[in-house]
Amino acid sequence: MGFTDEDRTKARALIDRYPHARSAMLPLLLLAQDRDDWVTPEAMEEIAEWLNTTPALVLGTCSFYTMLKREPVGDLVVSVCTNVSCLVNKGPDLFEGLRSRYEDADDVMVEEVECLAACDRAPIMQVNYEYHGPVSVGEAVDVIEKYRNGELTPRTISGSPTRGVGVRSAALLKESS
Amino acid sequence: MAALMPAQETRIITKFLRERPEDSWEFSVARENNQAYSTLEVALKRDPADLIEEVKTSGLRGRGGAGFGTGQKWSFLPAGVYPRYLAVNADEGEPSTFKDHMLIKGDPHQLIEGTIISAYAIGAHHAFIYIRGEFALGAERLEAAVAAAYKNGFLGRDILGSGFDLELIVHRGAGSYIAGDETGLLSSLEGERAMPRIKPPFPAIQGLFAAPTVVNNVETLSTVPHIVRNGGEWYAAMGVNKSTGTRVFSVSGMVERPDNYEIELGMSFRDLIEGLAGGVRGGRPLQFFIPGGASAPWLMPEHLDEPLDMDRASELRTMLGSGAIMVFDDTVDPLLVSWRLAKFFAHESCGKCTPCREGSGWIEKILHRMANGLGRPDDLDLLLDLGNNIVPGLNAPFAQTTICALGPSTMSHVVSLDRCFGAEIRERLQKDSDRRRSLEVSSV
Repeated sequence: MGFTDEDRTKARALIDRYPHARSAMLPLLLLAQDRDDWVTPEAMEEIAEWLNTTPALVLGTCSFYTMLKREPVGDLVVSVCTNVSCLVNKGPDLFEGLRSRYEDADDVMVEEVECLAACDRAPIMQVNYEYHGPVSVGEAVDVIEKYRNGELTPRTISGSPTRGVGVRSAALLKESS
Repeated sequence: MAALMPAQETRIITKFLRERPEDSWEFSVARENNQAYSTLEVALKRDPADLIEEVKTSGLRGRGGAGFGTGQKWSFLPAGVYPRYLAVNADEGEPSTFKDHMLIKGDPHQLIEGTIISAYAIGAHHAFIYIRGEFALGAERLEAAVAAAYKNGFLGRDILGSGFDLELIVHRGAGSYIAGDETGLLSSLEGERAMPRIKPPFPAIQGLFAAPTVVNNVETLSTVPHIVRNGGEWYAAMGVNKSTGTRVFSVSGMVERPDNYEIELGMSFRDLIEGLAGGVRGGRPLQFFIPGGASAPWLMPEHLDEPLDMDRASELRTMLGSGAIMVFDDTVDPLLVSWRLAKFFAHESCGKCTPCREGSGWIEKILHRMANGLGRPDDLDLLLDLGNNIVPGLNAPFAQTTICALGPSTMSHVVSLDRCFGAEIRERLQKDSDRRRSLEVSSV
């Protein structure tokens, strides 16, 4: 898929916000991910050109940050916190329950993550960075299924408000057509 | 020890967002009901040096963790060196801290107003709010709030006819705890890995793009409009000793009412945990609590009547850090909590300094076997010996062989294990070891 001309206009505006172009690195990587649902090598090469740096340096930055995915991960990233406040509120059970439930699903990736700063709602889960909690495994599955069948509209897998026109699961494509 | 009066919050920066939970973040709502930006109008007519003095008078100390005097930090900028920058640390990631998240989502205009006033005070014409990537809704609201502020002439060129220009940029992170470190944040904002930098030079001298830079926390800047509106003396009259004013504490873990509570500093841990947060869930006994985020050494039930005072916390060899209080009852295995914290720090170590990069991984591995019945009799001492290479002396306030405070944080909970539960743990490790030995013999 790759960047569209509209994306390139947006990228130019993002770069112009900063005193030094290089600062636009993370916003551009998030933009790339919004487009393709992952950060492709081609996108990193194009970003390197824009920022007058090398693809290796873009990759070096990209690989440092957990929200940036360097391979396709599906349409929904489910983040489950197991850090201490969730640890003592069944966070690990929530993670294990969801991990095994969606082990074979290509469109859902369940991740164990660090504190999501919503400890008053432990155990907390995010679906594409939208908070849901506290939830039991059953409640969490209900929410995820609502995203899968189109009852709920997910953010992008970078958490941006509206979904781009990147890779979508067959189910979502069917829903929108 | 029952308090005579029920413990109460003193809501200043959380007042409006609590009053209007349905739409406090909307520009028109905040403008009409919370005088948003009205303090800015007054501030822009004052001399910047005067504003810095006002904040110094208030005694306001950074709410991100280090607790450094805010006005003092501002006054470290070298005279006559421009451009200079203001970076707002909204990368709240310290485990169990969720106060900045609430302030961003609930009252973005208060934060923006504080940012503009602070930028004016220090003479910065570019400010960046580095918001944690995972705060999707927070970033959305903040961006909308910034756009509204631009539209209404509170940002951009010649703000309210004062001649002061300010560009404010909301910059989303992409998932990294260490980006919340002062210099890690600057590296990340420059488009690099979020690796902290050696200090000195301090950011005030060489920060963002090697220019003088102030990095302030969300809660700190959210407080600034109130200090400017009501005066530094007013703020300094609240609190206790050198911990003036109010602070928002995130109370979580095994309590009846986990939430953020804004209280006057000086309140006791007991009033906060038992009075406001409803005490340990189900009335179970308190085993231990962590008073200032994952990096803070632990406290025990005997410390409940101590005041929430940053300097008193140092005397108790811990810290109020990011203002996150985690409460654990008697059913929790301290080794399990320690292992999970170790796992966190091992995951978040950026890899720049060897003691932390290598040490954090080994600490996690050793604690994992200890928590799972596979510990060896001298494992706790092994950890302390290993940790002494990261935190020489093993005593708070921690010395460090690493660039940033993540190094000592990897050992803070281990030091706590030794301090709070040392004898029990050594006995348990011996028993685990003996049990395994007997199994080995019997299986031959």
